[in-house]
Amino acid sequence: MADIFSEFEDRLPQKIIDEIKNSLPKSASDAKVKKILEAAYEEYTIAKVSPGESVGLISAESIGEPGTQMTLNTFHFAGVAEMNVTLGLPRIIEILDGRKELDNPMMEIYLKKPYATGKKIEELRQLALQIKETKLRDISTELSINIADFTIEVKLDKDKMKGIEITNSKVTDAVSKQLKGYNIKDNKDSIILKSRSKESTFNDAYKTKEKIKDITIKGVKGISQVLPVKREDEFVIITAGSNLADVLQLEEVDAYRTTTNNIFEIEQVLGIEAARQSIVNEIFKVIESQGLNVDVRHIMLVADTMCVNGSLKGITRYGVVSEKSSVLARASFETPIKHIINAALVGEVDNLDSVVENVMINQPIPIGTGLPSLSVKQPKTAKEK
Amino acid sequence: MVEVYINSKFAGIVDNPIEFVNKVREERRKGLLTHNLNIFYNEKANEIQLESSKGRARRPLIIVKDGVPLLTERHIKQLEKNEISWSDLVKQGVIEYLDAAEEENSLVAFFESELTPEHSHLEITPLAMLGYCTSLVPYSNFNQSTRLNAGSKNQKQALGFYASNFSVRMDMDVNILHYAQKPVVSTIMHDISNYDKHPAGQNLVVAIMSYKGYNMEDAIILNKGSIERGLGRSTYYRPSIAEELRYAGGLIDEICIPDKDVKGYKTEKDYRFLEDDGIIYPEAKVKEGDVVIGKTSPPRFLSSMEEYSLASSTRRESSINLKHGEEGIVDFVLITENEEGNKLIQARLRDERIPEIGDKFTSRHGQKGIVGLIVPQSDMPFSSNGIIPDLIFSPHGIPSRMTIAHLIEMLAGKVGALAGRYINGTTFDAEPEERLRKELLSLGFMESGLETLYNGQTGEQYLTKIYIGNMYYLKLKHMVANKIHSRARGPIQLLTRQPTEGRAKEGGLRLGEMEKDTFVAHGASLLLKERFDSDKTIVPVCESCGIIAIKDNYKNKSYCTICGENVEVNYIEISYAFKLMLDEFKSLGIYPKLQLESKY
Repeated sequence: MADIFSEFEDRLPQKIIDEIKNSLPKSASDAKVKKILEAAYEEYTIAKVSPGESVGLISAESIGEPGTQMTLNTFHFAGVAEMNVTLGLPRIIEILDGRKELDNPMMEIYLKKPYATGKKIEELRQLALQIKETKLRDISTELSINIADFTIEVKLDKDKMKGIEITNSKVTDAVSKQLKGYNIKDNKDSIILKSRSKESTFNDAYKTKEKIKDITIKGVKGISQVLPVKREDEFVIITAGSNLADVLQLEEVDAYRTTTNNIFEIEQVLGIEAARQSIVNEIFKVIESQGLNVDVRHIMLVADTMCVNGSLKGITRYGVVSEKSSVLARASFETPIKHIINAALVGEVDNLDSVVENVMINQPIPIGTGLPSLSVKQPKTAKEK
Repeated sequence: MVEVYINSKFAGIVDNPIEFVNKVREERRKGLLTHNLNIFYNEKANEIQLESSKGRARRPLIIVKDGVPLLTERHIKQLEKNEISWSDLVKQGVIEYLDAAEEENSLVAFFESELTPEHSHLEITPLAMLGYCTSLVPYSNFNQSTRLNAGSKNQKQALGFYASNFSVRMDMDVNILHYAQKPVVSTIMHDISNYDKHPAGQNLVVAIMSYKGYNMEDAIILNKGSIERGLGRSTYYRPSIAEELRYAGGLIDEICIPDKDVKGYKTEKDYRFLEDDGIIYPEAKVKEGDVVIGKTSPPRFLSSMEEYSLASSTRRESSINLKHGEEGIVDFVLITENEEGNKLIQARLRDERIPEIGDKFTSRHGQKGIVGLIVPQSDMPFSSNGIIPDLIFSPHGIPSRMTIAHLIEMLAGKVGALAGRYINGTTFDAEPEERLRKELLSLGFMESGLETLYNGQTGEQYLTKIYIGNMYYLKLKHMVANKIHSRARGPIQLLTRQPTEGRAKEGGLRLGEMEKDTFVAHGASLLLKERFDSDKTIVPVCESCGIIAIKDNYKNKSYCTICGENVEVNYIEISYAFKLMLDEFKSLGIYPKLQLESKY
């Protein structure tokens, strides 16, 4: 039986072979298995795209046409609580442009077994608060500068600190870790910062005062809101703000399922293949939420072009388009002068083997009926003989 | 303590705002203060705003005191007798104009019966909420508001009898409807505006039914017999204007039949309609290209006026001729002078427009449509009385648009036509539908407005009863004759050698970027190439330097401007636009070298 499968190994993808293997009943005879594989191979060949099919343009039309029906509804409250989500056309543009700064970065944090099913809501809330970022400005009531010796006094909000379990020592630790060159004195209701350098000025003190407001005292940096949500029979924490690398470090988090909508973070933490899949998922989510019907394979093609180089590239003149080999193709898409001048400087050659260039010079485009050409073996002339 | 602002500038403080505001209003009504002043007491902001500036939308209302309107029967009688006018009512303080701000301080009753002592104003008529064109729609309170907007927009484009001195006017692009009628179903606004002096439509017999599918998608069917009797017939007027302009150096345009040696002389045939003074004679039938007013101008540049120039005349042709697609009869010629004292010639063209397939018609309810078919009267459906509709309207236009007034107008029009009277269809104040139905019944028709119709071609009775009635229909100024356009070959642009754009220049219809994409998506590579062949050229290319070479047909030689004659020159087929781009690169100092290789 193994022989039959190995016979098909270079004809069918491994995934299909495995699928057939797993779903076969044990009683299947070799002849029948072979028949099944033959039939699968035939189906597989039919499903293949023919050579010369302009898959890119068909994908573009298939995504673009329903895209025109997409309402420009930017914001939409995702049911459970007030959490802003970018949806619709703006989100698709955000993904395809490969933007690094998202309008609404978000995470879905899945938890490991004991925490996920935890019956105690209280524990879960504690965990969520562990993740939420608390900045110095959140727990201070007043920041003031002593003009005489340029020390900075931070008055702490004791009630708030108690509520989220922060002690004075935690505050001083965090500040000393993230702020170099200052001595920190714990004064019970406040902490006092004094510069170690002798030549400090009021200006320096003022700048430091503004800077320390954003010091993270507790939680994961960048996560501004947390919201525990029950999904089927487990608890998931949805956050506003994203920091995949640091969240995955947490012990309670299920690193296999936790995700973010920031594709760049996924690329950095999990690699390019994960980023590609994440592009597909994110775009498909938006298209689905709008009630439109686009085949995934079109989106997969887009995701593939964005990731082929091993790094994430947006479909912009700085991203995918700048990688095109043809000068004329690049020039026909935004900033033509830049491309032509640069090409002239290095004496670039355009081989005219893509669609746009051939439309420009009015030659048959190498797609569909324009792709095949005829080669004729000429009889040798008398001389050559 | 309330702050007072006059035209948004701080003016002072008052202690008792209500007393102050009332006093200002009282004095305005008495005429001690200007009628253009409005006052608004904003309790929330604790301020009083007085406004007398320009550009505020204001509307008139009847003033009410202690629940009694100041406008009395006596005023109305005086108005009827023309003893007083509207402005007298404003002066007397019976009617005042409020702006949006002062409206916030007042309580306005819609009807007199609703008045209470709290009310400060009374609406003059509910009709006041509509504009002029909208209030011309009968039974408009039965229509959806969007349809009213569409309907009033359509009315502005209707052909009619716009001015009774049209025959001596020289308006640009105007139309006159030949047999304009006063609507049978009218509103009070028709009377107020003397609509019968400048009507813009005709009362037609309309049947709501389908006719062989030629009235789908809002199209309408017209009765050819009705058209021959003058339905929707109109005349289009357009003057051609020429002026004898004066130039520097005492030079002047001359209106005359141009000499044959004038630069740009057309052909003798083109000037055949001109009389000795260079102006066309009235009632001449002209077509495109024919000269209406002959004119020559002095040369553009004085340098070309050199004395020993070989040409006997340096003047150039600048006659006014008919553009592509224009035709008509010269109706009226006017020779006069303009403000600068230059001789001014206007020759007005007239063209009779008989309704044809593609002309646009509409009822007053935003139910516009295009003529889909013109049917001989003998083939039109007919009723047992022998009534044949002038126009057939598709029933599919009704449900989604919900223009109930369209249906009521048909019914009312039918009653009006049968009873020989005009029906009042004023918004909110129309003759009730119920009464119309009863009257229709008494006139010997079904009260539903339905009638049995017979197929005009076979004489068979239609299985369904058809809703048929009279309606006021408008012919709109969009006529196919002004829009029809096609091209197989034609003029091209000088720069790119691509076809020109637009109907006036006999241009092509562009196959744009997205249309191109559809060819690519289908893999129809060679078809795409053919579509873009409009500017293809064959150019010689020098094999050694890759620059476009020269082919000298006279000497039968090809050579390159850089490499000389001893080079191989090959011919390639490219679009002229690409050749142009290569030339532009060269002018930028970029060397676009073409490397040729065999395609096969």
